[in-house]
Amino acid sequence: MTKRRKTSGIQKKLIPSYIFLTIVSFISVFPFYWMISAATNTTVEVARGKLTIGTHALENFQKLVAQQNLWGSLGNSFLYAGVQTIVALFICSLAGYGFELYHDKNKDRVFSVLLLAMMVPQVATMIPLFKMISKMKLLNTVWAFILPAISTPFLIMMFRQNSRNFPVDIMEAARIDGLSEFKIFFKMYMPIMKSTYAAAAVITFMNAWNAYLWPKVVMTDNRAQTMPMLIANLAAGYTVDYGVLMMGVLFCSIPTMIIFFVLQKQFAEGITGAVK
Amino acid sequence: MKKQRRTVTAKQHAAGWIYLAPATLLIAVMSFWPIIQAIITSFKTGSSANMQWAEPIIYNYKRMFQDQLFLRSVGNTFLYLLVEVPIMLILAMFLAQLLNNKDLKFKGFFRTCVFLPCATSLVSYSLIFKSLFVTQGLMNSILIKLGILETNYNFLGNASSAKAIIIIALIWRWTGYNMVFFLAGLQNIEYSVYEAAKIDGANGWQTFWRITAPLLKPTIVMTAIMSINGTLQLFDESVNLTSGGPANSTITMSHYIYNNSFGTGVANFGYASAMSFFVFILVAVLSFINMKVGDKRD
Repeated sequence: MTKRRKTSGIQKKLIPSYIFLTIVSFISVFPFYWMISAATNTTVEVARGKLTIGTHALENFQKLVAQQNLWGSLGNSFLYAGVQTIVALFICSLAGYGFELYHDKNKDRVFSVLLLAMMVPQVATMIPLFKMISKMKLLNTVWAFILPAISTPFLIMMFRQNSRNFPVDIMEAARIDGLSEFKIFFKMYMPIMKSTYAAAAVITFMNAWNAYLWPKVVMTDNRAQTMPMLIANLAAGYTVDYGVLMMGVLFCSIPTMIIFFVLQKQFAEGITGAVK
Repeated sequence: MKKQRRTVTAKQHAAGWIYLAPATLLIAVMSFWPIIQAIITSFKTGSSANMQWAEPIIYNYKRMFQDQLFLRSVGNTFLYLLVEVPIMLILAMFLAQLLNNKDLKFKGFFRTCVFLPCATSLVSYSLIFKSLFVTQGLMNSILIKLGILETNYNFLGNASSAKAIIIIALIWRWTGYNMVFFLAGLQNIEYSVYEAAKIDGANGWQTFWRITAPLLKPTIVMTAIMSINGTLQLFDESVNLTSGGPANSTITMSHYIYNNSFGTGVANFGYASAMSFFVFILVAVLSFINMKVGDKRD
């Protein structure tokens, strides 16, 4: 009897779980629905608490484009996040590979010192880094955005941990075949580790896209601003048009939401990446 | 033969150093060097172009502990930390426990929903929550329709409710994120352990405290460290959800440091550096305590 209940339909004792999970799911998803519906309504309707999809999406979009440099900021965000992802993945995977597959006592010592950088908060480095970047005349460039973020203990550790599964035998075989040390990295390590690269790419892109404090410090020119900066500007005035604001928030969220839905598995792996 | 082998390993060791050189140098220049610079700057005063040693040398630190606004930002940050982190982690663990049930249906759907808030940027969700809770916003109109409120309540204009909203928003954004760690941790526990506990007559509560919690300890310690670290550095929410207001009652340490260095007021890099060094010490000490506590229970 109990066995049959297990296979067919919902177990009775799990009903509280379903109710709880449904409530939590609703709370988790609702703000997204609200963002979309508010983006299609006028600010007056938003203030009244109108919950249905409205007809003012185009109007809000036109106002957004007129008020802010939407395409420029979108382009900047894609450029910065894209470059950061590519460069960070290359540098950190190279290091993770070196730390794990060429490890010796000294390299392990260096590694444990690098891990200390995890405890360095962004606010503590932002003033000296700002001075450094402005001295190098790099303010408002992609380099200003990426330089402090392309080598992170998190990514290095992620690649190091995942390199444990890397078959060392084939490295030996490749050496006997006369492949140089660097070719082993490009021709063997990179293809074999592609799932780690995918997870690392997703998490790095997300972090870069969402960055706010550091870009706010070094991207002082309006033309260099990112999407999070743009929407923050929209909300900073005395009178905020919530329809236009939510249209901006929607534009800022669409790329990360697409990544979330298409690459959810890689995203989850990226978050937990360094623990295995 | 032997000699040749040794030269190959020497070459390999050298190659290893080349691999880790760029990353190591970057961390040294972009994290360690700036933190040393920050310590030096914290003993200086004056505008950024013309800085001098402070008189007395600990002037900025003295000022910091007499600055009511800074102390308030420390208090706020700790309030968020002490209220938000435990609620969030317990909720995340509980949700992971529910979702790890073999017999549960629609698991993927529920997991995706709970995880979804991670798809927003920190600025985005701060602004979404702002729009939900402003005086002329959805929450007010719902509460009025339900008859709970008579007139619009200024949630973000009242210190206590504004703090509560920041905490609610943080829980909303980060619970699913932490749940992912607990789900990964739970999946490493063999199902047979639970079967054995069941045979021994353990109830759900006992099973959780005696088996699940101890086995999840590394996950708990790690999520706690990450959450503490993140909360001590809260910035986006304070800036965008409440603008630190009303009257700086919800401002966080990072927000106040930003205001003192790159905000609209006078840039005071020396003072801001002193405060940021304080944050650094807090992060380091709390992570250290957390790791020690994690070790002891072994």
